[in-house]
Amino acid sequence: MLESGNVGPTGERLPDPDLLLLSYTGCFTFMKWFELLREKYDCPVVMLHVPYQGDGVVTVPMRKYVVDQLRDKVIPVLEQVSGRSYDEDLLRAMLARSAKAEDDLVHVLQAARNRPSPIDAYFGGVYYIGPIFTAFRGTEEAVGYYEALRAEVDERVRLGKGPVTPDGEIPEERYRVVVEGPPNWTSFREFWRMFAEEGAVVVASSYTKVGGVYDLGFRHDPDHPLETLADYCMGCYTNLNLPSRVDMLVRYVEEYQADGLLINSVKSCNSFSAGQLMILREVEKRTGRPGGFIESDLVDPRYFSAANIKNRLESWFQMIDQRRRTA
Amino acid sequence: MSLPYWVGIDLGSTTTKAVLLDGDGRVIGRGITNSRSNYDVACQVALAEGLADARLARLARELGEPEGEEEHSERMQRISLALRHRQFLDNLEALHEVLLRLCAEKGLDDGWRDAVGGILAAMERESAALFVPGAERKSDFFRDLAGSMYMRLAEATAEERGLPYEQVLGLYDKGILEVENRTPSDETFRRNLVRAAETGGFDAEMSDAARRAAGLELVQAGSVGTGYGRARLPFPRKQIRSEILCHGLGAHAMFPGTRTVLDIGGQDTKAIQVDGAGIVTSFQMNDRCAAGCGRYLGYIADEMNLGLHELGPLASKSRKCVKINSTCTVFAGAELRERLSLGERREDILAGLHRAIILRAMSLLARSGGIEEEFTFTGGVARNPAAVEALQKLVAENYGDRTLNISPSSIYTGALGAALFALRDKDAVVEAA
Repeated sequence: MLESGNVGPTGERLPDPDLLLLSYTGCFTFMKWFELLREKYDCPVVMLHVPYQGDGVVTVPMRKYVVDQLRDKVIPVLEQVSGRSYDEDLLRAMLARSAKAEDDLVHVLQAARNRPSPIDAYFGGVYYIGPIFTAFRGTEEAVGYYEALRAEVDERVRLGKGPVTPDGEIPEERYRVVVEGPPNWTSFREFWRMFAEEGAVVVASSYTKVGGVYDLGFRHDPDHPLETLADYCMGCYTNLNLPSRVDMLVRYVEEYQADGLLINSVKSCNSFSAGQLMILREVEKRTGRPGGFIESDLVDPRYFSAANIKNRLESWFQMIDQRRRTA
Repeated sequence: MSLPYWVGIDLGSTTTKAVLLDGDGRVIGRGITNSRSNYDVACQVALAEGLADARLARLARELGEPEGEEEHSERMQRISLALRHRQFLDNLEALHEVLLRLCAEKGLDDGWRDAVGGILAAMERESAALFVPGAERKSDFFRDLAGSMYMRLAEATAEERGLPYEQVLGLYDKGILEVENRTPSDETFRRNLVRAAETGGFDAEMSDAARRAAGLELVQAGSVGTGYGRARLPFPRKQIRSEILCHGLGAHAMFPGTRTVLDIGGQDTKAIQVDGAGIVTSFQMNDRCAAGCGRYLGYIADEMNLGLHELGPLASKSRKCVKINSTCTVFAGAELRERLSLGERREDILAGLHRAIILRAMSLLARSGGIEEEFTFTGGVARNPAAVEALQKLVAENYGDRTLNISPSSIYTGALGAALFALRDKDAVVEAA
């Protein structure tokens, strides 16, 4: 897209950026991406360094470190590029709207505790986090979107309906799955179909928490605008240490009454993939439910082998069947 | 007399296997064939081979002899080889017809027809030696046996008659596809069985027993398919099982103490943990790259101009294992040639290649949860002595003392598991009723 002159899938041209702002939370590959983008666009770049939650907690000095960067490095450049001065009241208003949207998002994601689950919290879930995670955070549009989504999902719960997929509704929920790891964007629909055809519904996923773990209680706080931005960055899923990730996944398997944890281990994101086998074993041990492991990639289509992934998925689903029969 | 059977078919990327069980879960026959590029045919051929094997076992029982092929008496060996030879000749005849037709289609003159006729007549004469007790065959598949004979004879014939060798070979390459896609019938085998017993210089007891074995009505009561090509099997979806589960259950049936299974097949390597009932508790397998799987050995065998069966024994003669860095099939080919050019001995390089494969398998085993007592090795590569030696060594180094089970029929593990699932489905139906 970049090379074709920034023409998006809708045929419209996206404007060149005036500024590149990166917080490292998601994945450190981004640093390389932004170095390349800087060359391409020749515009100012601000990199916000976010300390990793190595000990599983955000400490006061960690928060101060990020807030100082926001105040001393990020805001001045933003003011310079935009020609407008920092308006904290405006930020507070946006954070308040963001928190409202976050409430509704959590309600939607937790609707997956129902049987059948009205949503797929991975393949469907990435659409639900889209507006918050990408362009519309803190806007009225985002608030409206989540209100509408919440109403729609509540209605599906009332009707006892399962999730909608691109190929239609899933007629019967046969497996409830928790997924760890990003989806395969390059074969997204084919990948989703492998689950839907088996009646497998993802009831919770970690990928939908890379833009914030709101379901574990975090909300943007308008009363502490810079501190809350710092906490947000440090609390994103991939910034959590391995024991915290294990705790979260165990909680998902249990609270969402899942048949087990499935890991999609991708080659191109170490923030996700390092330690995943340990995570699998720990979650298996603590929940007593079988874990599944598949390998692909989020961006490189060469790593997606449909036959191999289908083989492993089918084996895992049949393993769950066998367990049920002997239980 | 009629005997119901349950069949499991394991459609692998290299070979297709069938295992037939009776109602008590006893193996009554096994069949194997190369998978070709036609899965439907491979499936039918493996089943036909399984039925033939079941009839031979029945014959042994009628004669009051042990049923296993390994324990066959001299007369059972003779009749079984005579039948194999008969089957070979039937295929040869079919090949002859196809080649003559191809000559006509291409407008080739009588010189060509004579040349082809001469080659096939020589093949027919030579073939007898392949089917005598103790004869060594590089492969049991018609494609391989006939292929190597044809290649050798075609070279001489082409030179003698001044024909282009490549073109004479080309005829075979085209013709063999058609021949191997014909499906053998159980009917033909039954006829051949009676004929072999009556004309092979056997006594009346053998003829009577052969007639009874041929007269047995084998009726398929259930089937389950598995393996790499399982989606292509002509079975309904509910009769298709994951190969992981089939290998786990098959290994458990062969060795009930099994807790860890390693399967190295043509296209993938699987490390499987099972519980005391043969139920899979965890598994790991290679990702999309088939590096270090059976195909890798096949490729190396081709590079070295050896039969796949010859690789292991040759590697076992090694006195110094060369370190091979890559299990990537493409890089290994390059590394192999480089080592040869540096003057390394073939057996030492091969020993290194086998170790490289097993190292990769060890990493999958570790990922699946390690090696528990007892450890069962299955799949085509388990028949390779050099792979087994490398495995034993690495298991001892990393896990200490472990019982390593390898069944002589390990290649049938997946098919056996599938057949057991077919039989269980029968029980499920009965229970439900």
